[in-house]
Amino acid sequence: MTTKFTPEHEYIRVEGATGIVGITPYAQEALGDIVFVDLPAIGKVLKKGEEAAVVESVKAASEIYAPVSGTVTEVNTALSGEPGLINSDPEAGGWIYKVEIADAGEIDGLLDDAAYADLTK
Amino acid sequence: MAQSSADALKTTPLWERHRAAGGRMVPFGGYELPVQYPTGIMAEHKWTREQAGLFDVSHMGPSYITLAHASGDAEADHAAIAAIIEPLVCGDINGLKPGQVRYTLLLNKHGGVIDDLMVARSPLQAGSLYIVVNAGSKDADFALIQAAAGERAHLHRADDGALLALQGPEAVNVMAHVVPGAAELGFMQCGSYQWAGNTLVVSRSGYTGEDGFEILCSAQSGPRLWDALLADNRVKPIGLGARDSLRLEAALPLYGHDLNSTISPIEADLGFAVSKRRREASDFPGAQRILAERAGAVSRVRVGLIVEGAPAREGAEIVDAARGAIGIVTSGGFAPSLGKAIALGFVPPAYSAPGTKVQVSVRGRTQTAEVVPTPFVPHRYFRKPKAS
Repeated sequence: MTTKFTPEHEYIRVEGATGIVGITPYAQEALGDIVFVDLPAIGKVLKKGEEAAVVESVKAASEIYAPVSGTVTEVNTALSGEPGLINSDPEAGGWIYKVEIADAGEIDGLLDDAAYADLTK
Repeated sequence: MAQSSADALKTTPLWERHRAAGGRMVPFGGYELPVQYPTGIMAEHKWTREQAGLFDVSHMGPSYITLAHASGDAEADHAAIAAIIEPLVCGDINGLKPGQVRYTLLLNKHGGVIDDLMVARSPLQAGSLYIVVNAGSKDADFALIQAAAGERAHLHRADDGALLALQGPEAVNVMAHVVPGAAELGFMQCGSYQWAGNTLVVSRSGYTGEDGFEILCSAQSGPRLWDALLADNRVKPIGLGARDSLRLEAALPLYGHDLNSTISPIEADLGFAVSKRRREASDFPGAQRILAERAGAVSRVRVGLIVEGAPAREGAEIVDAARGAIGIVTSGGFAPSLGKAIALGFVPPAYSAPGTKVQVSVRGRTQTAEVVPTPFVPHRYFRKPKAS
């Protein structure tokens, strides 16, 4: 199991052919209290870098971009009732969507732990 | 909000206090101010509604305008300074009693709002008004006021000091310990008080819908007063983020968003600020338009909306399912006290009745919204029992 990151602070945890996408602890801290999450539709085909979801804090809306291309297979419906899970548990309970990865090669182009840690130093 | 790097941001006398408290500093109105502290906007908002929040509003524009040649007759001097300001605004300034504060509007000749402001009759000095304008427009406002006064009166800027706002149901109990005299003020009254060798100008007013105080002091004493108020465990520092969500719940307009130079007081649902005496005299800028609108000839009015789903932010279209776009959201966000998305916006009067169902367009999708009475959260201003 690998977790990779984008410079825009999304993470993708790779489990076989599936990726679980969310935002990093750094990102949730920067956004502040999340009050609403616009989830993608299941079955939606996303290209890498496309807007996949929107998270709204009290102050502003922020786009979440697809770290890799692929088809949305599942969304975290718990966020509809409890969007604050992104703040309290961004890496586990606060995941946003699962994607069937179209091109495993795209994963290699993302930041690893060390590179992302460097970015947010 | 974008600032070019050439524009150096100004700081307030409380900058070091914000940094020490972990405030997340952002540019706002040309100043570097905290948008939030580590606890976050939601917690800060709720704390202010339940206890007392302390805000640094030193970016705003406090000032005094004072007659150049006072006669010594207090009433005549007040009438003279009021006569200088009244041609710029729609409020009755002449009718202010010593220490009384009034919310009013600077208007252009078309009846559009140049700024919204507080005007108080000095409780101490005859022929002097204490005026507080918005940060973003203060230079232009001060120039306008000084130009109108000419040689008759002098405008003295007091925006080099610290302006603090203490807001919330516990604010009065905190003030009773720190500046005891000020706790006796009625809503929309101001006074001058000595505190630790400094003169404070305190008004019982604010921008949250709660009871509270706004306190002007020198730059030097600002941090000490900040510390003295925070020493009370009912008080926490609150950033600009919660200031905005609190005023939105209270349906108080934000200049540059819910008010601008094309919007009239009637359109903005601020008809109360057009004082009776001024209406009867029809002697304020844009009176023809404003009085006609007041009589019903108005094409858009500000309303409050409760929005289902994602918050509808500024610029979102308000839509009638059958007729298409009918208006626009001017402020919108999440209401922490209600757990819902709320918005202020402008629609034709036919859509302004509470209960009217409309839609808002958010990211290309329409969502249901309903016109509701404002404020969204009841104001809890302090009202003194009427003396019999």
